[in-house]
Amino acid sequence: MGKLQPLEGNLAVAEAMRQINPDLVAAYPITPSTEIVQTFAGFVADGKVDTNFVAVESEHSAMSACTAAAAAGGRVMNVTSANGLALMWEILYITASLRQPVILTVVNRALSGNINIHCDHSDTMGARDAGWLQLYAENVQESYDNLIQAVAIGERMDVRLPVMSCLDGFLVSHSYELLEVEEDEAVREWVGPYKPNKPLLDIENPYTMGPLDLYDFYMEHKRSQWEAYPGAKQAIIEEGKRFGDVFGREYGLMETLGLEDADIAVVAMSSAAGTAKDVVEKLRDEGIKAGLLKLRVFRPFPAEEIVAALSGCKAVCVMDRCASFGAASAPLYNEVAAAMYSMGQQVPMTNVIYGLGGRMLTPDDIESVYRELVTVADSGKIEQVCKWLGVRE
Amino acid sequence: MRVYPPDAKWHEMADAGIIPQPGNAMEYDVSGWRNTHPVRDDDTCIQCLFCWVYCPDNAIMVKDEKVVAFDTMHCKGCGICAQVCPADAITMEPGENMDEQ
Repeated sequence: MGKLQPLEGNLAVAEAMRQINPDLVAAYPITPSTEIVQTFAGFVADGKVDTNFVAVESEHSAMSACTAAAAAGGRVMNVTSANGLALMWEILYITASLRQPVILTVVNRALSGNINIHCDHSDTMGARDAGWLQLYAENVQESYDNLIQAVAIGERMDVRLPVMSCLDGFLVSHSYELLEVEEDEAVREWVGPYKPNKPLLDIENPYTMGPLDLYDFYMEHKRSQWEAYPGAKQAIIEEGKRFGDVFGREYGLMETLGLEDADIAVVAMSSAAGTAKDVVEKLRDEGIKAGLLKLRVFRPFPAEEIVAALSGCKAVCVMDRCASFGAASAPLYNEVAAAMYSMGQQVPMTNVIYGLGGRMLTPDDIESVYRELVTVADSGKIEQVCKWLGVRE
Repeated sequence: MRVYPPDAKWHEMADAGIIPQPGNAMEYDVSGWRNTHPVRDDDTCIQCLFCWVYCPDNAIMVKDEKVVAFDTMHCKGCGICAQVCPADAITMEPGENMDEQ
């Protein structure tokens, strides 16, 4: 049984990192995740962890050091946000391609320009094709729980992939919430000791990692990597259940509210989903059959599960905290719509882009989305697929 | 198996594109990369071994401290040997075909 504690999202993540006690953290602090690195560096200085903390000169170096340390055979964690993640870009693909289970906390923040330090998902959505698994947290408790699970998921021998554990900048990272913090020993036992897979420091069994790989073999290696993700989806489900068995909070690929009989539904991720829950309850009190699909896992994308959950709806709106410039609609919508269409579900679907650069998302904003869905469900018609919500027009 | 055969399927190889058989670069045939090839004039050659030092692969074959031939499997036709030769003993000729010289 854990202990109830009031903590900010950043402090809860730092606490989970202390309990996990990784072999190496190489990080370059950046707002709004600075506090995690600062707090964890304090744990290192105070001897509360055995971690080798490497103060690097850039995020590119941070992820390079992390990938190399993981290849050498250590449990490795890292922390970043926005432009820091962008500077890691080149190495992100290499970490995943080399199948190194580096665990990266991303405190979601808008990418420049103009420069902005507040929340949106343009950073991690941009990294969606890099091969990392991505978990998104609604609140402080989930930020803590997801990071612990990320270690177990990524390190499983049938997964061996890096994981991003994402939480909303400021909205969650700097919000104090009462959460259940588990005992150190319980967390360490649940995560288990690190089991290296073909560590490079095993000089008795040498091999070559990351060599030049041209048109004659590269595509077979990418095909092999592709095969890892269905297994990762199953692993996330299993570890979420195992976490629930021990700590009482079970996790899956998504959380749903009212979808059993919903006529209209919203798909959202992270803190926005928490606000949407209140709106669903309000609308249900009015007799409107509203539902919510809170997606926890964006990579691997749970296409079949999303289609099964939404197939009974008459109208769906997907909410993206990210714009894909030049695209017809935003990333989460694109993937949900492609999944629905390819599996024969012709439900009218709209897309809203909201909350860029920390723009406030109010319950009234979400209610307006549901009210419009009522109209779409009645008429079966969509006037404009992709709209901006909460912008001065 | 020293190297994966050219027709190896994706599921027949180790994960992460690693090469579990170390030290097999000598078995990788790069002769297909070549569209020019070096020709060495033994009379002009002063046996300084600059070509052996500068060759980015292992394509200069040396015996008893003397250049004796080019390794046709590992010469990519890059022309560095001809560039660095102080005696102008190596010229690059068009085409990929080269005899053991």
